[in-house]
Amino acid sequence: MTDSTLRMSTADPLARTPRKLTFDSKRIRARYAAERRFRAYGVAAIVFGLAFLVWLFATLILQGYGALQQTRIKFDVTLDREILAPGGTVDDTALRTADYTAMVRTALRTTLGIGSDRVARREAYALMSNGADSELRRIVLADPTLIGKTVPVWISASADVDTFLKDQKQRQLAEDRRRLNDRQIAWIDRLTADGRIDRQFNTALFVNGASSDPEQAGMGVAIVGSLYMMLVVLLTALPVGVAAAVYLEEFAPRNRWTDLIEVNINNLAAVPSIVFGLLGLAIFLNFFGMPRSAPVVGGLVLSLMTLPVVIIATRASIKAVPPSIREAALGVGASKMQVIMHHVVPLAMPGVLTGTIIGMARALGETAPLLLIGMVAFVVAYPATPFDPATALPVQIYMWAGASERAFVERTSAAILILLAFLVVMNATAVILRRRFERRW
Amino acid sequence: MSTPLVLAAVLLMTLAGFAAGRQRALASSGGHARSLHSRPAYYGSYVALWAAVPAFLLLALWVVAQPLVIDMMIRSHLPEEIRGLTRDKLSLVLTTIDNIATGRAVAGEVPAYAREAAARKVELQASANWAMAVLAIGLAVIGFLFAWRRVNPMLRARNSVERATIVALIACSGIAILTTVGIVFSMLFETLHFFSLVPPQDFFFGTVWDPRFTAAGSEGSAGQFGLIPLLWGTVFISLVSMLVAVPVGLLSAIYLAEYAHKNVRAWVKPLLEILAGIPTVVYGFFALTTLGPLFRDIGASLGFEVSATSVLTAGVVMGVMIIPFVSSLSDDIINAVPQSLRDGSLALGATQSETIKRVVLPAALPGIVGSILLAVSRAIGETMIVVMAAGIAANLTLNPFESVTTVTVKIVSQLTGDLEFNSPQTLVAFALGLTLFVVTLGLNIYALHIVRKYREQYD
Repeated sequence: MTDSTLRMSTADPLARTPRKLTFDSKRIRARYAAERRFRAYGVAAIVFGLAFLVWLFATLILQGYGALQQTRIKFDVTLDREILAPGGTVDDTALRTADYTAMVRTALRTTLGIGSDRVARREAYALMSNGADSELRRIVLADPTLIGKTVPVWISASADVDTFLKDQKQRQLAEDRRRLNDRQIAWIDRLTADGRIDRQFNTALFVNGASSDPEQAGMGVAIVGSLYMMLVVLLTALPVGVAAAVYLEEFAPRNRWTDLIEVNINNLAAVPSIVFGLLGLAIFLNFFGMPRSAPVVGGLVLSLMTLPVVIIATRASIKAVPPSIREAALGVGASKMQVIMHHVVPLAMPGVLTGTIIGMARALGETAPLLLIGMVAFVVAYPATPFDPATALPVQIYMWAGASERAFVERTSAAILILLAFLVVMNATAVILRRRFERRW
Repeated sequence: MSTPLVLAAVLLMTLAGFAAGRQRALASSGGHARSLHSRPAYYGSYVALWAAVPAFLLLALWVVAQPLVIDMMIRSHLPEEIRGLTRDKLSLVLTTIDNIATGRAVAGEVPAYAREAAARKVELQASANWAMAVLAIGLAVIGFLFAWRRVNPMLRARNSVERATIVALIACSGIAILTTVGIVFSMLFETLHFFSLVPPQDFFFGTVWDPRFTAAGSEGSAGQFGLIPLLWGTVFISLVSMLVAVPVGLLSAIYLAEYAHKNVRAWVKPLLEILAGIPTVVYGFFALTTLGPLFRDIGASLGFEVSATSVLTAGVVMGVMIIPFVSSLSDDIINAVPQSLRDGSLALGATQSETIKRVVLPAALPGIVGSILLAVSRAIGETMIVVMAAGIAANLTLNPFESVTTVTVKIVSQLTGDLEFNSPQTLVAFALGLTLFVVTLGLNIYALHIVRKYREQYD
């Protein structure tokens, strides 16, 4: 013991020579340099975080804005009366089942001047979307007076053409590395020169359901599904959360039971979201036999996740209501329940709504639990009720991200931008609500 | 009568009860609401509650119990040799009967007993529906009349209504407990089922993950369900993400709390917090399409082999996502260190960074450790980023450029697609989920414990 301390003291130079208290400029300079370095680390950390944010958004916007426009080709389609209205009468079923593909293809062939060369035909057809027939059908159904005439019609180009025209670099690639061959490019150039190719706003992206053709795929079903889920969250998490918070904050005695509930709520807020998906699968789907892929199940799972957020926000804003309000109400003879229901809760409402909206925004972006309850679904038709199969915005993003076609990258980015737009709107609403209605007592 | 129709009828009774109760209270007081014990609306609510609550309780019970009871009755009427079948085959028969009863197409020859049972089922369901309608509406009417007759100026309607409200409030706060119980029990149940098929030691200590999906129904599909590779993948990715999130989050928190001008702070803090608000599927997409290929190209130019989905990609992106968790919590904690400590240190001649390193950080350390632990539990439970960016191969590797898989990825991949709820391939997901739940819960509780235990009290 003494040995070691002795040796240490001889090894330490500071212990031998008494420390000088004079101005040591070298040491000071080193310390100031350390100070500057430390500050620079802090700035670097913040710059790193913000740079990543900018990078993320720039990438998404640059990749995604192209999807807002879709290339369309104008054809002069002859709406053959023989096919559409056999026997001269316009029959609804005949109109729906007519061979629109043939009509569009004929128009395409005449426009490009292709004869009976099968290879040329196939390559030409590849310029046009697979959903061309349904686009034409929609036009004819909307205006049956067109039957028998030759009308100019804008038809979606295939995703390959769309990507090619949006990304000029593709032209420089060797032929075998492109999706389009030289002949197809020559056709595209001819169509462009004739003014038959144009980019128009991509309504399909917002309106259509699922499709394996990128140019026909849309987020309509996902948006409706997400809206249904948010509705379910609002209708369940808000009332239940407010009621639970009111009980815990105003009525609950301080005992083990309420302590347990409180610990529970705080822990539920930290449970990984995927565990809620397992809960939904085991309880809602297996035990109660609710339908798979239904927004109502997704909404219930998400509202269980949102519940802690609502409860915590409500308790905070109930606490913020000053006691003078309660005392005044009690003083004029209101019962405790009346004080709470008529005065405290209404005054706490802006804070409650702010918390709820923020919780819902988080729920809107949540993906993992929805994967387990079958929201990964190929749904073409709009869900009429929350019990019908649908998908959700983030799940749609996940599915498109996994799709192999290049055109889906663009669409995924656009879908992300739309999801982020929803989130921005919700958060902005929450901020405005807080600014406008929050009272400082 | 269909359930929605019965619901509508009961709801109508409720509304009528409110109006009638209020009316009767006013009438009984001769139009002077002052002589009533409670305000008129409470009498209305009193009658409405009596009309609604018993009927709704009955309806809820009925809707849950009816299929079970009918199922049992159908089962007991099946021929002896059918009832003796194994559970799987019996459930197949019951599904067939169900399909016939609901008028769906059934493949193949339908045996006579099934046709008979289906007819029985339709009949039973119809009569059960009628019974439910009559009973529920009857109960609503009885409740209505009972309460309505009791309405008089002396009735303490408000007290009753408030008691009912309190019960409702308690029930709502019980949902939080119910959720936790539901989580634990649903997973525990399926996990025990899984452990009856695969021994627990093979699960917890197995080093090979090879679940071997087999065709539905085939027996003897023993895969290997080793947890270790998945756990290692989870830990490895979390480690990488912490290597990004902790320095960046902590340093930015220190800068924002100690150096930054108020205006800078007002802008930078919310901007950084956007990182936590971006849905994780977006990060996953970014990792998949931008960062993964970028790392692969950089690696290729430096002579490394970096796979497109790697520990590095997933870890870095997850780390960025977690930055705000670390920085916000640390920021609050650093701000809570009293100014007097800083002033004392500065007065002794320490520079600002020395003050931070020697005084502020040690004082804030328990809170910072707590916030880091919370961030770790966040990283462990994160799903979408790893599903999209970490890969699906269960590797037990130390190389951050290879792809690994995590617990959450396997939960997702075992539970998407066609499910069969008695195969270990599906059930293992619940065992994984329970493991995840226990680990994150433990981390959270431990983090809170550390914060509480080591918190310095300065006041």
